Amino acid sequence: MFVYFLRRLILVLPVAFGVSVICFMLVQIAPGDPLTAIMPVDATAEQQAEMRAAYGLDKPLPVQYVVWVGNLIQGDMGRSIATGRPVAGEVFGAVQNSLLLAVTAALIAFPIGVLLGFVAGYFRDTILDRIVTAISIAGVSVPNYWLGIVLVIIFSVNLGWLPSMGAGPGGSQDWSWDWVHVRHLILPAVTLAVVPIGIVARTVRALAGDILSMDFVTALYAKGMSRGDVLRHVARNAAATALSVMGLQLGYLLGGSILIETVFNWPGSGYLLSNAIFQRDLPLLQGTILVLALFFVAMNLVVDVAQAAIDPRIQRN
Amino acid sequence: MSGPGSLVDIRNLSIRFRGARDVHAINDLTLGLAQGETLALLGESGSGKSVTLKALLRLLPPRRTDIEGTMKVNGADVMSITGRALQTYRGGEVSMVFQEPGLALDPVYTVGRQIAEAVQRKKRVSRDEAMSTALDMLRRVRIPSPERRLSNYPHELSGGMLQRVMIALALACRPRLLLADEPTTALDATVQIQILLLLRALQKEFGMGVIFVTHDIGVAVEVSERIAVMYAGQIVEEGTTHEIIKSPRHPYTRGLLAANLHDVARGTRLDAIPGAPPPLDVKPDACPFAPRCPLAEARCRAALPPVHQIGPRRRVACIHADAPMEAA
Repeated sequence: MFVYFLRRLILVLPVAFGVSVICFMLVQIAPGDPLTAIMPVDATAEQQAEMRAAYGLDKPLPVQYVVWVGNLIQGDMGRSIATGRPVAGEVFGAVQNSLLLAVTAALIAFPIGVLLGFVAGYFRDTILDRIVTAISIAGVSVPNYWLGIVLVIIFSVNLGWLPSMGAGPGGSQDWSWDWVHVRHLILPAVTLAVVPIGIVARTVRALAGDILSMDFVTALYAKGMSRGDVLRHVARNAAATALSVMGLQLGYLLGGSILIETVFNWPGSGYLLSNAIFQRDLPLLQGTILVLALFFVAMNLVVDVAQAAIDPRIQRN
Repeated sequence: MSGPGSLVDIRNLSIRFRGARDVHAINDLTLGLAQGETLALLGESGSGKSVTLKALLRLLPPRRTDIEGTMKVNGADVMSITGRALQTYRGGEVSMVFQEPGLALDPVYTVGRQIAEAVQRKKRVSRDEAMSTALDMLRRVRIPSPERRLSNYPHELSGGMLQRVMIALALACRPRLLLADEPTTALDATVQIQILLLLRALQKEFGMGVIFVTHDIGVAVEVSERIAVMYAGQIVEEGTTHEIIKSPRHPYTRGLLAANLHDVARGTRLDAIPGAPPPLDVKPDACPFAPRCPLAEARCRAALPPVHQIGPRRRVACIHADAPMEAA
């Protein structure tokens, strides 16, 4: 098991390298000159060249990459072109907020999705199954930013129960676990949870249905196991695949909540990312994408190791 | 076979699966087994052998299955066992060995754990005690280095080894009746013989009754004292293994024997039975074998054949059963 973990960890290195190259290049390919966003329109060519040199943008790309990575390793992600603040601080603050939102959404979505999926898989082709299938199709299909707006209209505008914007009163950036802050978390987290509920429910339904129709389930009943015992066996068999789907979903929740963060003005990585794109803020964009991508890689590592711990067939190869 | 000494007493069992197309899998089947006896249930695919075994363990999906008739095991009515008693009955009183041991074991639990959990449920013992029972069982099915095998997962063992594990699991709670559903069909020929010999030895050691389902008449002869030949969900002929082999009375049994490889000279064609078994979407009201039978007459197609009780436990469901038959 430990050897497997080490081997898997070593495999992460080339992936991380590839991720960093792609992050770096992606931003270079994007159209638009970052300097035009901050320089006055009437700036002279010398002024532009000076600025270019100050940000190291005059050097060849490979050199820029090496400098960038070298600084990264020292924890320096450069300074935001738009605000002049260090990128690292901006990104980590935003990622923390996103993580808070994503994990809350996952904690709502995964248990509900697993439960619904299990019920549907166990009672396959019954009315319960059809209800769950309808819920999960709706969850996957309804555009979640639209749902977010609808929830805001109902719970913020009409009922006035929950705030519609920000992560704290008056746009406060400092999170704390009190009702004043938690209120702000509810609507975006619920909105964000809808898609993974559908996906997890569908996955678990298919898994549970398939596993329940396997011969070993009949054999379990034949040796006198109770319904609960059988469900335990089914859950253990489904766990590895379900876990990988949930791991991926958590990754998507973290990086893919740009729309939701925009709808709710949530100061997370998606919000930061969209700002960085509109302002052509290269260092900020690179830094944010890189941190999100590395998080995804780390998530995959965790899922792989967890899978191997659950399913003995995986470690073999 | 019936009465107080009998282990299994199935009477007039009919099983119908409901669905888009109904299937009358078992039609008026009557079958008995004495304590400690080994019976082979012989027939081709779809004849209802496995369904009969599953019915005995109540493993058929209740929502889609209509069952008529009575099944008694050790005097207890199988259909009326419910709840916890059913869990004790399954595996404790009657247990089953499956055709594909690789599919019948849970891939994510060790084989030791899978044997032990059955023991724990039945005998209400601790985990450790159940594990030592599992180890003892692995020894009895003659698995080499059983201590290490306990912590193996199914994918780490060969097919023959897995079938031994399956047998160990089935016998761990000392059932009085073992149902073996083609336990050697999925195995290599050499391993088949080993498993057959093992089952025979264990049957002697534990003294349980065995119903051994097979489509291979050679296997049936190897393991059983008695043979019941099944066709279209009915028993068409029953007798001791010797009687069935030496003087088969039903044309179907004769066909099965003729289609077998043993004692056939090289170069001669095997006599296959022409045609295929009937679709069972309606309950047969005539001899179901008539369309394929070389001796069929008009009355075979008009009504179900009478069951001739030739001896105390020797019967044939054919109009020709009385008359000695010429070669088919």
